[in-house]
Parts: sequence; structure tokens; C-alpha cells
Amino acid sequence: MSKFSKKKSGELPPVSTASLPDIVFMLLFFFMTVTVMKDSSLKVENVLPNASEVKKLEKKDRVIYIYVGKPTQEFQKVFGSEPKIQLNDKFASPSEVGDYILSERAKKSQELQNVLTTALKVDKNANMGLISDIKQELRKVNALKVNYTTYEGDAFRNLQ
Amino acid sequence: MGKKTNFSKVNAGSMADIAFLILIFFLVTTTIHSDSGIDRLLPKLQDESEIGLVQEKNILRVIINEEGDLLVDGQITALDELKETVKGFLDNGGLTKHDPEYCGYCLGDRSIISSDNPSRAIVVLSYDRKAYYSSYIAVQDKLMAAYNELRNREAQRLYGEDYTVLETKFVQPGTSDDSKILIKAKIESIRALYPLKLSEIETK
Repeated sequence: MSKFSKKKSGELPPVSTASLPDIVFMLLFFFMTVTVMKDSSLKVENVLPNASEVKKLEKKDRVIYIYVGKPTQEFQKVFGSEPKIQLNDKFASPSEVGDYILSERAKKSQELQNVLTTALKVDKNANMGLISDIKQELRKVNALKVNYTTYEGDAFRNLQ
Repeated sequence: MGKKTNFSKVNAGSMADIAFLILIFFLVTTTIHSDSGIDRLLPKLQDESEIGLVQEKNILRVIINEEGDLLVDGQITALDELKETVKGFLDNGGLTKHDPEYCGYCLGDRSIISSDNPSRAIVVLSYDRKAYYSSYIAVQDKLMAAYNELRNREAQRLYGEDYTVLETKFVQPGTSDDSKILIKAKIESIRALYPLKLSEIETK
């Protein structure tokens, strides 16, 4: 009797799935570290324009977002189809931007308060008048660092 | 009895399901891409009237109308010509050689009706209230491209490296503090050669 004759011929052992949880957990941790939570749901159309000379917004905790665009289909009945400003989860008028910036700034820690950037996420079909009003409000509250958030691409595509 | 000592193992088979559930939750609620865009520093509220003191030849007026057409110093210009026009204006260096502010590194036409030197050159961007944001961004992008090309040229000449590369190196998390100081000095010296002087006016 040789040692090796014990093996039954043909039958494969079932594949062990014991390591599956580990793999999935690894994936989970990967996604937890590389992603950020969505903070607010968009109520406006937000197709950003294209630009090529862009810089990355590095630190998420130093950014205040302002969205501008036409209200989406479901809100058009109530708010009309003119471009609107969205702050957090609600529509706002340009005069409310200053207060919003101040209250957001107060939420951040002391050392970040001077290095905040305002990211303007503006739909490409919005009018400059509204943007100009927002910028005027930002200047009033001394929030001077602005980032016009764009997609990376050729600027000529904006003209279509 | 022997049976009591026989502990049954906790079944870990559902662990994978639970982990999958959390994984899917995170996949749905998060965004992976980071934002990028054009950085700008707005002027403070006080200094409004600066432009009145500047000579007309040192100003390049870019006007966007409500259709998105461009008027650059009185001439209708297509968007793809804008970058070269701005570069030519900034890089002109119109002062004579004996002037103390003569721009030695400029390679432009040295025309007397264009800007004296890059640090005096101002681009004035005015736009109609009805102009589309997309055309505004397109113009901003081209302006930035003009500045970046000139800055890259000087950075290549002085440090053998692109200005934009220096900038990305500066914000990269891996860069040590010592090299950051070096890079910052380089960036500032290049910026001093071609300072970004952009003024915005809303036409009504």
C-alpha cells in the first residue's frame, strides 16, 4: 500500500470560499478611503463647461460649494426655468450667498477659516449676470478665493 | 454528559454578504472623481478705481457679448486667435532699451502701441449680463493658457522645467517641506516675470 493511493480518483474538493469576506472587506476599505460622500443632492442642471488650464481642488474640507443652473424638471413647475442658485439643499437668491458663506465658514475649524475656497459649480448655460451678482456677494464677505469648477477638456467645446 | 463541551462554531458564511452590502452602499453614496477648475482671486471691494491711471496701450480689452462673440481691442476675434493675441500683447515689451523697466526676456514685436512690459500689461475682461457662462470660461481658459505658455517658456529657460509642472509639484502630497520652499521661490520668480493682471467689468 503506497501512501498516495488514498486519493479518490476524479473528485475535486470544493473551492474554499473562506477568503471571500476578506477580499470583499479589502475592496470595501479601498472604496472607503478613496471616495468622498455626496453631501447634497442636486436640484439644478449642472453640466459644467470645459477648460484645459485647470488646477485640482485638493482638500475637500476647505471648499464651500455653490451650485448654479436651471432647476431640474421636477422643480421647474415651482421655481421656473431661469437659472437659480442652490446652496446646500435649497434654492436661494444672490443676496443669501453672503450669509451662507459666513455660516459655512463658522462651521470650519479656526485654522481653516482663512484658507477656504469657494467652488462655483455653474451650468454652462447660466448667464453671467447671475455669476457676477454672486461674485459681488463673495467680495462683500471677503471670500476672495474662487474656483470655477470645470470638466477637463477643450474650451472650444463650450461654443456649441 | 459529553455533549455540553461540544461548542458549535459561529457561522461566518454570511460575513461576505454583509460586507458586500456595505460595499454597495459605499459605491452608491460616494463619488470618486475629484473636482478641478480655474482658480481666481477676486479683487477686494475697496480698490475699484485702479484702472483709471493706466495708459491705454497697456490695456487689452476683451469684450464678450451676449452671443458669445469676442471683441479684442476693437477687433472681432475668434476664440482660437485669442491666445496668440494675448501672448503678443503680454510679451510685447515696448519700452526702449535705455529705459530702466525695459523687458529683456520679452520676445515680442516691441511695438510702441502695445504694452510696455509684462508687469504693466493689464487684461480687462468685460462681459454682458446675458453672456453665457461657457463662453466666459472659454475666454478665461484661453487667457490662462496664454499666461501659462509664457511662464512655461521662462521657467524652461531659467530652471529647465515647466511652470505648470512646478505648480503641480508644489501641491503634490509627496513633496517634502524643503523642496517646497525651493519650488515656491521658483514659482514666485516666474510669476513676477509675468504677473497675472486681470480686471473684470460687467457691462450693462
